[in-house]
Amino acid sequence: MSLQPPVTLVSPPQDIDACFSDIHPPLTERQAHLESARCLYCYDAPCIKACPSDINIPSFIQQIHSDNLQGAAQTIYSSNILGGSCARVCPTEVLCEQACVRNKEAECAPVLIGLLQRYATDHAEFTGHPFDRAPDTGKRVAVVGAGPAGLSCAHRLAMKGHQVEIFEASEKAGGLNEYGIARYKMTNDFAAREVEFVLGIGGITLHTGQALGRDLSLAELQSGFDAVFLAIGLQGTRQLGLENELASGVQNAVDYIRVLRQATDLNGLNIPQHAVVIGAGNTAVDIACQLRRLGCEEVTLAYRRGTESMSATDHEQQIARDHQVRIKTWCRPEAITLDDQGGVAAIHLRRTAMQGGALVDLPHCDVLPCDAIFKAVGQTLEMPEDAQLEQLRLDAGKLAVDTRFHTGLERVFAGGDCTAVGEDLTVEAVQQGKLAAESIHQLLITQA
Amino acid sequence: MANLFTRFAGIESPNPFWLASAPPTDKAYNVERAFEAGWGGVVWKTLGEDPAAVNVSSRYSAIYDATGQVTGFNNIELITDRSLEINLREIEAVKKNWPDRALVVSLMVPCEEESWKTIVKLVEQTGADGLELNFGCPHGMPERGMGAAVGQVPEFVEMVTRWCKTYSRLPVIVKLTPNITDIRFSARAAHAGGADAVSLINTINSITGIDLDQMVARPIVDGKSTHGGYCGPAVKPIALNMVSEIARDPQTQGLPISGIGGISTWRDAAEFIALGAGSVQVCTAAMVHGFRIVTEMQDGLSRWMDSKGYQTLEDFRGLAVQNTTDWKYLNMNYKIVANIDQESCIGCGRCYISCEDTSHQAISLTSKADGTNQFDIIEAECVGCNLCQITCPVNDCITMVRRDADKPYMNWLNDPRNPHGEAR
Repeated sequence: MSLQPPVTLVSPPQDIDACFSDIHPPLTERQAHLESARCLYCYDAPCIKACPSDINIPSFIQQIHSDNLQGAAQTIYSSNILGGSCARVCPTEVLCEQACVRNKEAECAPVLIGLLQRYATDHAEFTGHPFDRAPDTGKRVAVVGAGPAGLSCAHRLAMKGHQVEIFEASEKAGGLNEYGIARYKMTNDFAAREVEFVLGIGGITLHTGQALGRDLSLAELQSGFDAVFLAIGLQGTRQLGLENELASGVQNAVDYIRVLRQATDLNGLNIPQHAVVIGAGNTAVDIACQLRRLGCEEVTLAYRRGTESMSATDHEQQIARDHQVRIKTWCRPEAITLDDQGGVAAIHLRRTAMQGGALVDLPHCDVLPCDAIFKAVGQTLEMPEDAQLEQLRLDAGKLAVDTRFHTGLERVFAGGDCTAVGEDLTVEAVQQGKLAAESIHQLLITQA
Repeated sequence: MANLFTRFAGIESPNPFWLASAPPTDKAYNVERAFEAGWGGVVWKTLGEDPAAVNVSSRYSAIYDATGQVTGFNNIELITDRSLEINLREIEAVKKNWPDRALVVSLMVPCEEESWKTIVKLVEQTGADGLELNFGCPHGMPERGMGAAVGQVPEFVEMVTRWCKTYSRLPVIVKLTPNITDIRFSARAAHAGGADAVSLINTINSITGIDLDQMVARPIVDGKSTHGGYCGPAVKPIALNMVSEIARDPQTQGLPISGIGGISTWRDAAEFIALGAGSVQVCTAAMVHGFRIVTEMQDGLSRWMDSKGYQTLEDFRGLAVQNTTDWKYLNMNYKIVANIDQESCIGCGRCYISCEDTSHQAISLTSKADGTNQFDIIEAECVGCNLCQITCPVNDCITMVRRDADKPYMNWLNDPRNPHGEAR
């Protein structure tokens, strides 16, 4: 069953919502019934092992098939309170659906787990919040960052009966779900509604516009709370290190996506005609496809190695091709030339090749005229200026944590993209937030 | 191509596929369409005395498999709700138009000699090929002393059969109800009454499900329901067993059997014929798919017969009867064990958990370095029950292999473990 519709490119774009319909439309009731019937209800199921957040996938699919949507959603949420957004953004093709036994050679058609998860979480109706809070413990925990890791941690802590205060630097909670996910993957105000759902458990106070290092210090949090959870994400962006990189028209993909996700109409957006995206990850694909949807005529995604080395999955690369994005491999940005007004005029891409196990430059250099360059070469941990934070150990440029997500600083834990643990995926962040909450809970109850 | 020509109890038809007495054979319009589609014969929906029966609205309900296909079908419809005169006129006309097809008329009248005498004579005048006595309808009609109310009493079966044989020259097929404890008693009674054949099974008393909002069984007639008659693929195993019981019974040996019960494909039909059926009757498959389904049934049956070298139905009819025996004659020395083809195993673990939880703990689970599981048969524990093979979703991944080389046939009667056996 192929559910992927042909990509509709609105050109020229009229309405911003028309540009960003769901890339994978939700299942209808009939589709969900038939698709859920395909699950073999495996024992010690490979899909569960492949899910970073340990969702009992066969169980929730069985619940969908037996018309128990509320039970299905509760199964999902009990492992992953952000199951709704994970259903939309998880690279299922390399996680649960890759592991699905129906994805083996003889069939090559995994159960559409992501879409079924979305069906359950979209349609389950609860009176009130699906989880109860344990009696108040009198313990207070500060969570820094209201992205997936922070929200997940806060929710689990609240469930355990602790009081949680979340401090979020941005104006809205949700983290990358609110500001960073491609608009066609998470449409309308889903991110905000999900935050509201998570906070619905009670016992969580959200403070927005409160940045660590600017509005509050770790020392204050350590003294004011019984524990601190850092989920500050990756706020820095890698640079190309080229001259003219600060010229108008050269920008970070994440910055543009942030503006795009918050935009309510197209007038406020600067839509280039010929854009070049530098990068090979999902963010590169996200920005490239969104530019095409906005009406950008030509989008070239340039990468210094071959497609097999791209961190964007095959599935993501196919989405790029469906958007008629040109994927130009084996070339690296060498220079940016400007026009008379100081805006971007072209990018020089030096051809590369593997020789003797090393990536080397070739003599030829392509000059690609363009009016915009988007950098999507990775995000980095940007440490807020804070005396206490400086004491934290780093591992490969990210916060080092032990298996309990403890940072080494007393009663300070960390999780999500800002740590050196795991891949930078929403589902991974949710899992780390959840596990960190369990560790914090253990600490708090043993203290009492 | 194989010849599907059928001669059943003296009634000839170009193929063994007959439509059973049921809504699809209610009137000339349907039956004409069925013959156009290729059905070899029909049993006209049961005729009764005037005034005709009156039906309720909301008549059918079903159960479905996981993908939504109908597996079991239930009805509370009565016999024909059209007048006897109209039915007889239409039967005569249809038979004239389709002389090569079998046209059998199903009958149900009160358990009185005069009633049966009258109706069989009327039917005979239409030119119909045979009579089928409806002693099976399990819903509605038994409340009026007909249908299964007759079929459940062997003496009544014999008596009415004899009346019909006395007053009609036509072949008499007695349709048996499965709502009894031992089908052989009904078949023997029909045989004793002079029946030319039996047909079975009629539908099984059933409630397909409950509407949990209205707290009423389906189908719902203004908030109430009643048990219906169950048919469709789900009843085939019950029907096959009853057919085999009659085919094996020395007292009814050679009595022609028209097989009925969940026949949906050529393979189902071949199975009934292998157990001795001389013709097969179909209803649910036609009601779900329309009459055109007979095309695939005929084609599949003849191609399979070609592949086996069977030229006529008689070449394989009843071949499975001799291999259907009593438990006590099964070979106690026969030993099979499961074998898992690791190449085609997809690692779902269904075989493992079913054996571990509910059977003989004869499958081991080994976690491999790559995080997947390997499942192996522990032959010493395997009793050869087939459960793992049944749960395995991959074709031919689990096979049952023989492990009793050189051991002779030994049944329970000769088994030294049998405390009442001959060996003692």
